[in-house]
Amino acid sequence: MLTKRIIPCLDVKDGRVVKGVRFVSLRDAGDPVATAKQYEKQKADELVFLDITASHEGRSTMVDVVRRVAGNIFMPFTVGGGIRGIGDIRDLLNAGADKVSLNTAAVQRPQLIREAARRFGSQCIVVAIDARRRDPVSRLAGMPVGRGTKNRRTGKLADRQTNSWEVVTHGGRKPTGLDAVAWARCAEKLGAGEILLTSMDFDGTKDGFDIALTRAVSEAVAIPVIASGGAGTKEHFFDVFRSGRADAALAASIFHYGQFTVGDVKTYLKKRGIAVRI
Amino acid sequence: MIKKTAIIDYGMGNLYSVRNTFAALGMATDTVGCGRDLGHYDKLILPGVGAFGDAMKELKKRGFIAPVRDFVASGRPLIGICLGMQLLLDESEESPGVQGLGIIPGHVRKFSGKLKVPHMGWNKIKKAVRRCRIFRGLQGDIYAYFCHSYYAAPKDKKVVIGETEYGVRFASMIEKGRVYGMQFHPEKSQDIGLMLLRNFIEIC
Repeated sequence: MLTKRIIPCLDVKDGRVVKGVRFVSLRDAGDPVATAKQYEKQKADELVFLDITASHEGRSTMVDVVRRVAGNIFMPFTVGGGIRGIGDIRDLLNAGADKVSLNTAAVQRPQLIREAARRFGSQCIVVAIDARRRDPVSRLAGMPVGRGTKNRRTGKLADRQTNSWEVVTHGGRKPTGLDAVAWARCAEKLGAGEILLTSMDFDGTKDGFDIALTRAVSEAVAIPVIASGGAGTKEHFFDVFRSGRADAALAASIFHYGQFTVGDVKTYLKKRGIAVRI
Repeated sequence: MIKKTAIIDYGMGNLYSVRNTFAALGMATDTVGCGRDLGHYDKLILPGVGAFGDAMKELKKRGFIAPVRDFVASGRPLIGICLGMQLLLDESEESPGVQGLGIIPGHVRKFSGKLKVPHMGWNKIKKAVRRCRIFRGLQGDIYAYFCHSYYAAPKDKKVVIGETEYGVRFASMIEKGRVYGMQFHPEKSQDIGLMLLRNFIEIC
């Protein structure tokens, strides 16, 4: 039986691992290769490196990080962040990345997904979707967007809220008007091999994954969905696999700061009947 | 005499990880881009990512087809990885009408049914009951990293030495004489993958 994947995510800035809590404050958590090796020992199933370097010079630093990681770890890894076109994808794959994840560039020019999939194969093209709950009722009431009356365990909403999410880009600053579920379907049609789905409402909160969002996307597409944003406890992983129907779950800070190891999470999941690789 | 291992480069996918994994095991490999150079080698690695039809076309263009068949006929070991394993068979549903290498009789089929395709992630390999050298040092269930939409269905079930469940039970590892196929990516399967590759180089 295919196992559910646990994927630590490393945010990399200027060649160093950092973690953005809600994309604002950053804390240094070390060298990418050392961190990656640590996760290989913990039997992480895959790794994601998110390049949050803004400058152009920083881009070549990332290619170098990718090369060093590829030379030292033997599991699949994805690189995302700031990828603009076919040239960037080629550089990262040639440096040893197994997959790349496209976000803003794909929203701006969806044909990039098709071109990249044709050229390099769907299996290495991940489309990252940052989604935020559309919640006009809460907005009018002056409540924090996406919060309020939702039951986090079941993902059920109080009467006046709707299950609808908007794609946002630029670290959540820019709304696009696109519906997240429709965009996921479109990305699949264009040739994406996988969806990396981040809830911008839950990212950095440690309140749990957005189960309703994950489930809505996972049921809408026939490609694997990686749920991201909000992992704070072992139960959260169980919920996103069982109720959210995710194929994989991604987390950063709970692993980086040693709150749990990947092994802890997997042992827990196995006990609760989720297929994982121990 | 120093034994030499060649990785067949036919322009399909990135050879970096495979090459790199052998380097990490302390084993030098050469990347070979032309069929007539295979004579110098004792072991062959046939990796591959992409479509069956494109791969066969590229192999043909670079003059690999006859030399690879001759290599196998001479009793030297070869390992096909992922698409490289599928190419060992006669033909694939992915590219109807295109002839494979035909080293292992059988077809390559597409996953069907309700499951997500590609079959992507870590899955269990159930080892054959008979003893196989390639499994030396590996006890119990083994897990490996898969990423594929098609699977090999060899005619002769005796060549199947590892099986995996994904909607159907399919051949994830095959062995015929000294020819091996691995549907997963040993170079991405952590310690277990490294062990399989080491065994291939050292004892197969």
